[in-house]
Amino acid sequence: MVASRENSSNPARIPALGLRVLVLIIVSIALMYLDHRENHLDAVRKGIDVAVYPVRLAVDAPLRFWSWLGESTTSRANLELENSRLKSERLLTNARLQRLTALEAENARLRALLDARARVRDEVRVAEIMAVDANPYEHNLIIDIGSRDGVYDGQAIVSADGVVGQVIRTGLMTSQAVLISDTDHALPVEVNRNGLRTIAVGTGEIDRLDLPFLPNNADIRAGDLLVTSGLGGAFPAGYPVAVVDSVTRIPQESFADVTAKPAAALDQVREIMLIWSAAPTAGEGVAEEPSDE
Amino acid sequence: MSREHASRRLPVIVTFVVGLMLSIMPLPEALAPLRPDWLALLAIFWAMQLPRTWSVGSAWIVGIILDVSYGTLLGQHALALCVIVFITVRFHLLMRVFPLSQLTATVFALLALYQFLLFWISGVASVSAPAIAYWAPVITGTVIWPFLYMFLSGVRYRARAGR
Repeated sequence: MVASRENSSNPARIPALGLRVLVLIIVSIALMYLDHRENHLDAVRKGIDVAVYPVRLAVDAPLRFWSWLGESTTSRANLELENSRLKSERLLTNARLQRLTALEAENARLRALLDARARVRDEVRVAEIMAVDANPYEHNLIIDIGSRDGVYDGQAIVSADGVVGQVIRTGLMTSQAVLISDTDHALPVEVNRNGLRTIAVGTGEIDRLDLPFLPNNADIRAGDLLVTSGLGGAFPAGYPVAVVDSVTRIPQESFADVTAKPAAALDQVREIMLIWSAAPTAGEGVAEEPSDE
Repeated sequence: MSREHASRRLPVIVTFVVGLMLSIMPLPEALAPLRPDWLALLAIFWAMQLPRTWSVGSAWIVGIILDVSYGTLLGQHALALCVIVFITVRFHLLMRVFPLSQLTATVFALLALYQFLLFWISGVASVSAPAIAYWAPVITGTVIWPFLYMFLSGVRYRARAGR
């Protein structure tokens, strides 16, 4: 053991150790209080976040390099194959889009007839998930754009298959997001088939959501698609969230036991989309569109 | 004095940056709860070896950085690190003469305290946390400690020799 001799002479001479610890503990408690009660410390957090950014980049770099290497060394045959597959996919999507335009126009006309607020198209931006773990006890992820790019707290995140989560903390260059499977996350959803509204709560398991607030006689069955209802204000309406797995009705209980599987593969996505939904116009009579009509 | 300090701080800072990288490195879903608290282990080691240059204040700063990168309450890890470093500095003379087995047992107790403090603060702030998986880092941290200890002693010896 290499003990430095000059240090070991007299332990009592480490100046005011107890006092320093006491002060630091009080400062910590004050910080935690401020951080928990109100979000007073966002600026501090952002400042330190910038300092952590290089470390995050360094951790993320090997994976990024690996995928870059994979991309740049793919063979021509593979690329051609992928190209033709993408082309056919694009053809299909385009065909669907053509119908969508017609449907959108029809929808707008009908909404005008009903005097409802027109749905606004959402702005979307693609971001990447950094290969960086955040808190291991929460389902969090770090994405590579931040307030510099206009990201804001509470912003909705979707992948190609469905809702992924929402931003909880924006840094300058990175942001932290919570997945819909986190135990602290709840999301207002509606059943696509009949407009039944409820709330999907995260379970802490990456492939399961709970719907705890459905009465036993609710019209829901396995295979139902749940989409965002837009009621919470954070998520725009109409994005797929999950598919109902199982519905267990126990006669004595007042609520049915309903679980659902997230539509997006939460642990596999790397590219995600952030949605800038048009802010709900305040002062208007109709805050939310009547979804059950 | 200041040159001496610089040469003492450099290895500490380097190990802490590496420790932070290990703390946020992605792990497979199954292994993620087993990740040892690298920064707590490093903090214990350096507090034991260099209790003057490396003490509660620096531990607190490291804790704040960890809080920001984990997105936990600002001050949570800082407080927990601060407390275990305080205990380590208080007993650093004793811990230096401990045989490795006894030292490892002490580290186990310190890690358990660290985890308990984090758990407790989460509970007070009503942030939910799973109960069993929470204690896994204490075990993995204890298992890794002897190897880390030998490695860091080597690092420290080299750094001193190169001075």
